[in-house]
Amino acid sequence: MTDLNKLKIAEARDLLRKGELTARELTETHIKAVDEADVLNAYIEKTPEIALEQADKADAMIKAGDAPAMAGIPVGIKDLFATKGVHTQACSKILDGFKPEYESTVTQKLWDNGAVMLGKVNMDEFAMGSSNETSYYGPVKNPWRRGDTDTVPGGSSGGSVAAVAGFAAMGATASDTGGSIRQPAAFTGTFGIKPTYGRCSRYGMVAFASSLDQAGTITRDVRDGAIMLEAISGFDSKDSTSVDVAVPNFEAALTGDIRGMKIGIPKEYYLDGMSSELEALWQKGIEWLKAAGAEIVDISLPHTKYALPTYYIVAPAEASSNLARYDGVRYGLRETVEGGGLEDMYEATRAAGFGDEVKRRIMIGTYVLSAGYYDAYYLKAQKVRQLISNDFKEAFKSVDAILTPTAPSAAFAPGEKSDDPLAMYLNDVFTVPASLAGLPGSSVPAGLDEGGLPLGLQVLGKPWDEETVLKVSGVLEEAASFNHEPKVWWR
Amino acid sequence: MSNIDKATVAKIARLSRIKIEEDKLEPLAGELNNILGWVEQLEEVNTDNIEPMASVVDAKLRWRTDDVNDGDKQESVLKNAPRAEFGFFAVPKVIE
Repeated sequence: MTDLNKLKIAEARDLLRKGELTARELTETHIKAVDEADVLNAYIEKTPEIALEQADKADAMIKAGDAPAMAGIPVGIKDLFATKGVHTQACSKILDGFKPEYESTVTQKLWDNGAVMLGKVNMDEFAMGSSNETSYYGPVKNPWRRGDTDTVPGGSSGGSVAAVAGFAAMGATASDTGGSIRQPAAFTGTFGIKPTYGRCSRYGMVAFASSLDQAGTITRDVRDGAIMLEAISGFDSKDSTSVDVAVPNFEAALTGDIRGMKIGIPKEYYLDGMSSELEALWQKGIEWLKAAGAEIVDISLPHTKYALPTYYIVAPAEASSNLARYDGVRYGLRETVEGGGLEDMYEATRAAGFGDEVKRRIMIGTYVLSAGYYDAYYLKAQKVRQLISNDFKEAFKSVDAILTPTAPSAAFAPGEKSDDPLAMYLNDVFTVPASLAGLPGSSVPAGLDEGGLPLGLQVLGKPWDEETVLKVSGVLEEAASFNHEPKVWWR
Repeated sequence: MSNIDKATVAKIARLSRIKIEEDKLEPLAGELNNILGWVEQLEEVNTDNIEPMASVVDAKLRWRTDDVNDGDKQESVLKNAPRAEFGFFAVPKVIE
């Protein structure tokens, strides 16, 4: 069998169960693929020994029968999930040398399901970025290039998508605060899904903005996303915002039958200056769903344009509080000042440990929460957040799902937006509203732009209705028949 | 509304416990003003009688029985400390 690393999770699962493939073989192939993809800088820590040990365990599980779907499946883990004894730094220098003494619930669930860890994957520092250029470990390269020109993989889950699109993992964990799963998925022709806030435990996930952070997955297709998402979902008493609702069989939702379903098209997502090919792709998506028997409904989400500014108050405010814990006392980096005291140590440690974008956001957050500005900025943003959430509640009275583009453009070149924070923030214009409302959403690869780069369509659903998101995503995937692969240049 | 000058940046940096060199204050003031100027478009939204939204899930915390279910992990807790002594985190001298 050739190209084992190109198998989908569902295909590998079936071969493993039939005894036509071993987890060890599959893992060895992937360890090699990971090494061959070094130039992508997707992995910042490789764990081949752990992978092989887990693969043998998975083989035993499979032999014993009744193995879970993820048994023997090699995956990459975003660097913000705590993995016991293994590098966990959210790609920041301030967590220098940190090796947690505990395991995140999301990764524990994967290991309980027999999955195999290939290593920790790169990301924007503390998940703050949309191009994976803020990582302490350097930028990630997108396997997809515009001709011979490099492009960014999107962010913050840039390592997750590069590993999966570059055939160096069958799936990867990711996290979304304002679009960090869906936007990079769109940039790399992968499938990304962020579930409802509260669906996956945040225990052991390095915190950025706690009211927004939610784990999810990157895979090569919708079915794989359903399988992997189910494995990491579920109530956890260790996370006070985890919600105790049953996890359905997500794969079973992929019936392909959306007849009679109502799909909302929000008019506010037609941006001035939107590229004609993006608009055309969106239109194609509408036609595909119509052809599959869905009813298209024009809807309005009137506060859409205020979502980004709201996000850039709420998220930095929460970050400034969450990141206060990095003080050089209990873990990570410590910088001391000759003859200085404790306060000097805090300031020197944080100056040396945080990158520019993280500093910027901590300072914005500190400012909007400070005396005299709290009401004007933070409280105001929380109220507008309520209005944005209400827009969705209203819309979902008349539709079952919403279809939009995922990102305003295809992947751009490194450095193109890194000098202008506002230009970078605009990448998340279509993804941020659903994050603020805590809704489940996906990005489905739907076509290529004129430069040959992937474009994605976003599907949003009601709270706890990942099944509809997956079902609609599956129909789009089938209709788009996106079977493009990046030309392999990185080996 | 926002007009952040050098002195304000220095104050925010101090509140954030991040040391910022003198020559970085001015450029940072420009960046922060840009971002804050942009978020100020929220002023045009009417939010009269709107409850602020802090969380998308029910904010009421769950209760559990008051029993000891964790602990005795001194070694684990200190394992990642840049400096630990006698079972404590060690920091530079605080009291003269």
